[in-house]
Amino acid sequence: MAEITLIEGVTQALAWEMRNDPSVVVLGEDVGVNGGVFRATVGLQEQFGPWRVIDTPLCETSIAGLTVGMACQGLKPVAEAQFEGFIYPMLEHLMCHAVRMRNRTRGRLTCPLVVRAPWGGGIRAPEHHSEANEALFANVPGLRIVIPSSPARAYGLLLAAIRDPDPVIFFEPKRIYRQYKEEVSDDGEALPLDVCFVLRDGRDVTLVSWGATIKETLEAADALEAEGISAEVIDVATIKPLDFDTIHESVAKTGRCVIVHEAPKNVGVGAEIAARLAEQAMYDLLAPVERVTGYDTHIPLFRLEMKYLPPVGRIVEAAKRTLAA
Amino acid sequence: MTTAATFEIEYRQYLDPDGHPIGKQLPAIARDLDHLVELYQLMSFTRVFDTKSIALQRTGKLGTYASCLGHEAAHAAIGSAMRPEDVLAPAYREYAAQFYRGVKPRDVLMYWGGDERGNDFSGPRHDFAWSVPIATQCLHAAGSALAFRIRGEQRVAVSVCGDGGSSKADFYAALNCGGAFELPLVLVVVNNQWAISVPRSKQTGAKTLAQKGIAGGLHCLQVDGNDLIACREAMDQALDRARSGGGASVIEMVTYRLHDHTTADDARRYRDDAEVKAAWQREPIGRLRAYLTRLGAWSDAREDTWKAQCEERVNEEVDAYLSTRAQPVEAMFDHLYGDTPLEIAQQRALAVAREVKHG
Ligand SMILES: Cc1ncc(C[n+]2csc(CCOP(=O)(O)OP(=O)(O)O)c2C)c(N)n1
Repeated sequence: MAEITLIEGVTQALAWEMRNDPSVVVLGEDVGVNGGVFRATVGLQEQFGPWRVIDTPLCETSIAGLTVGMACQGLKPVAEAQFEGFIYPMLEHLMCHAVRMRNRTRGRLTCPLVVRAPWGGGIRAPEHHSEANEALFANVPGLRIVIPSSPARAYGLLLAAIRDPDPVIFFEPKRIYRQYKEEVSDDGEALPLDVCFVLRDGRDVTLVSWGATIKETLEAADALEAEGISAEVIDVATIKPLDFDTIHESVAKTGRCVIVHEAPKNVGVGAEIAARLAEQAMYDLLAPVERVTGYDTHIPLFRLEMKYLPPVGRIVEAAKRTLAA
Repeated sequence: MTTAATFEIEYRQYLDPDGHPIGKQLPAIARDLDHLVELYQLMSFTRVFDTKSIALQRTGKLGTYASCLGHEAAHAAIGSAMRPEDVLAPAYREYAAQFYRGVKPRDVLMYWGGDERGNDFSGPRHDFAWSVPIATQCLHAAGSALAFRIRGEQRVAVSVCGDGGSSKADFYAALNCGGAFELPLVLVVVNNQWAISVPRSKQTGAKTLAQKGIAGGLHCLQVDGNDLIACREAMDQALDRARSGGGASVIEMVTYRLHDHTTADDARRYRDDAEVKAAWQREPIGRLRAYLTRLGAWSDAREDTWKAQCEERVNEEVDAYLSTRAQPVEAMFDHLYGDTPLEIAQQRALAVAREVKHG
């Protein structure tokens, strides 16, 4: 087993699936010769040629529309949106067509496609490069949204996303693209979609997060541990459809819940989890649910962005508030 | 057979790469030596600024920066041909155009330095800020031009995008609106041959990017984008036409991106050194200097003095930028709405309190 980074997990999953399924095609801006601006597709065009790893003209409308066309005709396209901030021109094709194709043709045409995009802040990137906009997509019926938070989950979940028969948005937390390495065996083994991963068992409080903030959430759990507080940590991983049962089970045990995400608070995915806890876990709760999130502002340009992203301290404080309640 | 339509695209160039005039007929601007010297100085100042900005990025004092190396003639022509009341909708590297219009180098540095205040720039307050999402600005220019038309104002909107940008739906939509509404609009495509790693040849099957305007019923022209005189004449004509109700234009300025796409890019991964070397032979600044020197309007001595002045001015701007303190945490809540909603005011207060407590 080799030690790889999160972004290498992405590359390996793409390579594995392209080797084993000739219908998988990668497309996007700069994905070919350049191997992607983050190098997620590095080496793929050399291995699979320019018709399977396609440098497209600069137009997200084209990329999304072509992807829908290819998917309906039997290919499995994996498109790259260079940054999540440039995904908006794709929305029309994704929302008006990709996610409805199966339903409106009664299963005659389907859209097994993946759109990958580097997502989230914290790398001192320019304007429009740092948004965490998963909530926008979480409101769309028929869509799957997956956000890995480790090299192994990037590898296993991307394989699952490509094999999934429906459209999947695969957001890659770029802040942790190269943050650490982990042993991952390149064996083509997918991880399950639509389930949360319990990363750490605990008794006193449940910490729920996804993507890059899993790092701060685990650090908060360590800090709490040092004070004798035992925190369970859940990586949501598939944002939609949500595996609420796993979260509920944990909260039934701990009685307390803190949801952590870097996206804005208002109508964020945290709001959905909190609402379901109110609906279904009201009597298990010993304290109000807390949310530790970005503010309801634009993520500022990088000189202030670390003031926007939720730090470990805020998670720890929120957890303690739930314990004090 | 009957032919439904035919078209040609004119290509214009007045100076060869050595700064020798091509053909006999030079436009009037070629004889306005004082103005040409002014534009030469703008171009070479911009290059000093660009070099300095790249160095600042390399030493961690700036974020990702988009260089304008090699684009100076195109940008100087765009900015200098416009009137202050016209509106510019730039992409993200047209510094010379903006400097001419009054934007300060410190504003540019502030923006790439990760501070919103860079967008609150000096210069025409109605100009658009940099547009990172490619080619979206083309439609903002078209919308501005529509506003000018509706109000009967003799103003023109100019947008600038790249060869890559000319593939985007927004670009086609903008030129279509420009033709349909006969707008006072000039769409400039600064074709620097590369959209990050994708060469012009893979961007479109069209022979020229200018001809895309034909489909929208626009005036179309391709010029040597390293020839200031050709670029400037093209701009003058397109602006005049737009101002006098003659409709919209597309101008393709053919130039070359001499640096990496941005400081986050490494062009050696996808581009031949030989190509870059060859492009240096056609670059715009030496070409104009040779022309002006031959006519006695510029000299090596003046060059030396000017370069020293540029260094001094750029250093002043860099100092001004570096000595600007970061905005306080509450800045991210300011200017979010005209009237700050209660919810935002509460979050703002919370952020300030957290800052006081934790720093
Ligand atoms: C809508 C959108 N997609 C992708 C990007 C990422 N990106 C930034 S610049 C660029 C290439 C632009 O090339 P071109 O339009 O030729 O202009 P140039 O930068 O060469 O001047 C890309 C793909 C973006 N900024 N906006």
